[in-house]
Amino acid sequence: MAPVLAATTVDALVFVAAAAIVLAGAAGVIFSRNPVHSALMLVMTLFGIAVLFVEQQANFLAAVQVIVYAGAIVVLFLFVIMLLGVDRSEVVEREPLRGQRPAAFALGVIALAEILLLARTHWTTGAKGVAGARGTDPDVEVLARSLFTRYVLGFEITSLLLVIAIVGAVVLARRPDRTLGADEDDSDPVHAS
Amino acid sequence: MSVSPAWYLTLGAILFTMGAIGLLIRRNVLVMFMCIELMLNAVNLTFVTFARDLGDIGGQVAVFFVLVVAAAEVVVGLGIIVSIFRRRESATADDLHLMKG
Repeated sequence: MAPVLAATTVDALVFVAAAAIVLAGAAGVIFSRNPVHSALMLVMTLFGIAVLFVEQQANFLAAVQVIVYAGAIVVLFLFVIMLLGVDRSEVVEREPLRGQRPAAFALGVIALAEILLLARTHWTTGAKGVAGARGTDPDVEVLARSLFTRYVLGFEITSLLLVIAIVGAVVLARRPDRTLGADEDDSDPVHAS
Repeated sequence: MSVSPAWYLTLGAILFTMGAIGLLIRRNVLVMFMCIELMLNAVNLTFVTFARDLGDIGGQVAVFFVLVVAAAEVVVGLGIIVSIFRRRESATADDLHLMKG
């Protein structure tokens, strides 16, 4: 029995749907007045990107994308929005730099046109990298093999980076010590310890 | 594979441009931060597309590292934003003009 839809058609449909989700989410992030709405639109974009990862056989990265980005980073954004009570609308009337927004739009469109024009014919040179062939193995195996052999030093350095980030976040987020003096509110929180 | 890599790369370019425009036109520092995440995701999509197109796992390894760095960056960046907001009570980047000449 022949399949109802050819695999190529399904691929194209999935790509179009995911691309629409990604672009709609990105537009929502940019144009939402409320930061909470921006964060929720960011989740939509991240899910669309995850779908595109699955479409390109990057299953592990799609899972990581959903867990780390949608599950941790956006929740962190929402925590900060709620914690600071900054879920107010942005004041757009006051514009200190006149004509900055149209200029930003124009520059963005010009940059996009340049990228598409320059890369139109030759997206890749066809040169092979050193990381190892993609092959037909499951992508988790191939990724792990490359990560723990050729890129093991970088992998170790990321652990150092995460420790530094944790320490930095704790130092930045702790309140200045109130018992030291009355003018602690003016002190630099970095040097308050 | 009916969808050619050029479509994915075009989508990545559009997404990156939208992130850059958003970074320029928004004033809320949290939303500006989200626009940086959009740009990082556009680059991730490009890396995965090249990994598939060239049959090379290096692109996916790069995405892995970008994810780790993005997580660390968000943690430190939000910590900085929290400590700024605690002292200034304002949500816009325009108010941060301490170093204005």
